[in-house]
Amino acid sequence: MKFGVIVFPGSCDDVDAQLACARVADVTPLWHADHDLQGVDAVVIPGGFSYGDYLRAGAIARFAPIMTEVIDFAAAGGHVMGICNGFQVCCEAGLLPGALLTNESLRFVCRQVSLDVVNAETAFTRALEPGRQLSIPVKHTTGRYYAPDAELDRLEAAGQVVLRYAPGHNPNGSLRDIAGVINEAGNVFGLMPHPEHAVEALTGSVDGLGLFASLRDSLTGVVV
Amino acid sequence: MAARVSAPDGLQRALDLGLKAQEYALIVAQLEREPNGVELAMFSLLWSEHCAYKHSKLLLRTLPSEGPALVMGPGENAGAVDVGGGWAVAFKVESHNHPSAVEPFQGAATGVGGILRDIFAVGARPIAVLDSLRFGEPGSERTRYLLDRVVAGVGHYGNSIGVPTIGGEVYFEAPYEQNCLVNAMCVGLVRTERLIRSAAAGPGNLLVLFGASTGRDGIGGASVLASAELGEGDAAKRPSVQVGDPFAEKKLMECSLELLERDLLVALQDLGAAGITSAVPEMASKGGVGIDIDVSRVPLREADMEPFEIMVSESQERMVAVVEPSRLDDVLAVCAHWETGASVIGEVTTSGLIRVLDGDQVIGEIPVDVLVDGCPLYELSPSPPPPDLYAAPARTLDSNDPESILLALLSSPNIADRRSLFEQYDCVVQSRTVVRPGVGDAAVLRLPDGGAVAVAIDCNGRRVAADPYWGTVEAVLECASNLACVGAEPLGLTNCLNFANPEKPHIAFQLTESIRALGDACRTLEIPVVGGNVSLYNEGGGGPIYPTPVVGLLGALPDPARAGGLGFAGEGDAIALVGTGVPLLAGSELAKLRGEALPASLPPIDIAAVRATQIAVRDAVRSRAVSSAHDVAEGGLATALAECCLAGNLGCEVTVEDGHEQFGETVGLFIVSGPSSALRECFAQVRHQIIGSVGGADLRITAGGAQIDLALERLRAAHGALARLFD
Repeated sequence: MKFGVIVFPGSCDDVDAQLACARVADVTPLWHADHDLQGVDAVVIPGGFSYGDYLRAGAIARFAPIMTEVIDFAAAGGHVMGICNGFQVCCEAGLLPGALLTNESLRFVCRQVSLDVVNAETAFTRALEPGRQLSIPVKHTTGRYYAPDAELDRLEAAGQVVLRYAPGHNPNGSLRDIAGVINEAGNVFGLMPHPEHAVEALTGSVDGLGLFASLRDSLTGVVV
Repeated sequence: MAARVSAPDGLQRALDLGLKAQEYALIVAQLEREPNGVELAMFSLLWSEHCAYKHSKLLLRTLPSEGPALVMGPGENAGAVDVGGGWAVAFKVESHNHPSAVEPFQGAATGVGGILRDIFAVGARPIAVLDSLRFGEPGSERTRYLLDRVVAGVGHYGNSIGVPTIGGEVYFEAPYEQNCLVNAMCVGLVRTERLIRSAAAGPGNLLVLFGASTGRDGIGGASVLASAELGEGDAAKRPSVQVGDPFAEKKLMECSLELLERDLLVALQDLGAAGITSAVPEMASKGGVGIDIDVSRVPLREADMEPFEIMVSESQERMVAVVEPSRLDDVLAVCAHWETGASVIGEVTTSGLIRVLDGDQVIGEIPVDVLVDGCPLYELSPSPPPPDLYAAPARTLDSNDPESILLALLSSPNIADRRSLFEQYDCVVQSRTVVRPGVGDAAVLRLPDGGAVAVAIDCNGRRVAADPYWGTVEAVLECASNLACVGAEPLGLTNCLNFANPEKPHIAFQLTESIRALGDACRTLEIPVVGGNVSLYNEGGGGPIYPTPVVGLLGALPDPARAGGLGFAGEGDAIALVGTGVPLLAGSELAKLRGEALPASLPPIDIAAVRATQIAVRDAVRSRAVSSAHDVAEGGLATALAECCLAGNLGCEVTVEDGHEQFGETVGLFIVSGPSSALRECFAQVRHQIIGSVGGADLRITAGGAQIDLALERLRAAHGALARLFD
């Protein structure tokens, strides 16, 4: 089982994502200008500022050469996890519903937050108990999840809202406290919090590890 | 021979560019002719205070720069110390005060960008940024504007480039109202054998400029902004402030580190203040060589730039390297991979000259030693300042009730919780941060081989203003105390000396005394000064700033899992007050709130005794025998106890011995909690007393006949006062 972590020139958390993946499986970096996914079993699009994000977060990255491959990979059922900037890229690329707007505070916020696991039956959360709370940091300026009301109703009804900020922990004004969503097919997952920064007690929390472990278990056929 | 551009008004132009008449005369004497326009522009920058340190270099030479851990000392882009396991840590603090006072967002952002480049210029990967900020009182609209934009600027650059901002400090005092201070410190990690110096070498080797193209931004920044007092018409200086592009810097950083990792460079230097004009002659000077530069080969943003503009442009995100011709193709390939522009703009020569060419035409020709070392160094004429140099602060507190005083102190801008600032910075990227801002007295980063480093930055300018010598000693000791509380041993110090106009005798006195104190404190602590920065002429319309020798201290601890926190952690733990300091109200935060004038002096400190206490605290933290450690600083013992309670979300009950001024300030006093037997054992050799115990949800202090009994929630509400500034 091998993860691939996309590296844009402005990625910041690419090394952190590789370290997190390496705790549960093999991992390789995937350069933005390449057209080769190197046969990986799952793709992680990490946090950062892909191409500077001076336009709109993720708006340029969706046109990256490697993203052509990621979009094809996802269409064929390949599993993709977009973290923070990766979530923004997935929304821009149409792999996930909704959009991420500037935080209500208009400021960058870096904070350890509590998340409620809303759907523990996805490929990305199956190792977690339903209703469990996760302590994971957020750090972003553009993380306020938005979709039209009807779309939000539909997402909730379909179980596509996977993670919510616990009451009082919404750091950015996301609608319905949404922190992470999955696509209808269940193979593309995006979240604003950074699970790769919650994989070791020494640096704050181990609660993010379950997301990487879930994906590994899903793809290696482990029955939970 | 340089083409002569007739300069009958050479002296007047020199004066306009900030040179003194006698300096111009010296230039003419050493060149044996009048400099032409290009040459004069170069002299005006390299002989500016910012580049030549002409009012501080003689003093700086008195600082200790040797130590067992030192691997790279002053004179390089950054100093570095050995942290074990084959790793070195490079670190440096630098100011961007005047640009930030003129355009706070870009001024602060490019301040971070500049210090990052200093660190990766020595081959180290930047692993942390800290900032040290000074503003006027937050009641002023200008202060709130500067604070908001400076914090946003620091975050914009640091967050976007993937280097965590792990700490810093901010003080609000009226003398900084017009002239805010923005100092940024960067820490980098490098294999010791991969450290690279900036000395150019090897005649025939090529000079490669890489990174962003060169534009008209920041023309004359070093001389216009950094080397003169602020005044009317500063808005017109905005074009002198550079504009930062963190995405370009991110690529430049990765590109530089890959070039060094692959051993493709002879020397590397960042372009900062004064651009090519500063970087290239300094490389030539260090290597004892000459360099030819062809301005026609510099990629430009605007085609019609004058040669002198190309030479002095402060466009950001640029580096210059010396490359052997056989490695050029490899260098260009790495630059292309990172989408970073690169051009050969010159070559190393044996001439001992900096020759500036525009294609075939020589347009400037100056001996390297005249340009780099020819600037006269000035002796200062210090004389103690008048007692009323700084106005007494406005009185904001009338009450004598200890509870009211404590709540006022906790909500005072200099003491209130810094979380609303720190939350605007990414403190976790790179997965090294073990102690985040606000959790311990210093930030702690783990290292690849299992050890860790701790970093603190501090300076209470009000106390330095009261007593430049002992106030500066306090700044050094305060940082060392912060390191002790997380279990770290200091290895090296960097500083940024922010002072007003040194040509005034009382400012010269502040600077002279402060540097003397810095040297004495470092010698007693046995740590080298690895490098630093001087920022002079910090005066606005309202007079001089408080003298602010910002100290950045780096230390090491063997086990990151044993890093100490400041919050009380165990119900029932005993609380010890450790150390010999005698706290006084004079010069304290409470005295400020009461509107008292600065005292004429601060009491002397037994530095060796403080060091002994710090070692005892450090060893106690490392042994894990104690639960928490925090040093008593602004606001005194009562404030420090409240901070321990809030950080640990646990109350305490304490009795303060008669005569201990619970709001008084000193250095070298610590609050350590843990089992009482462990405390007695750890501190058997140093002065300590058990003053109470941890528990409950209230802070209870009995001092003299008076009582403080406040619920943590009331303390927390007061402590959160700074958040309102960002609403």
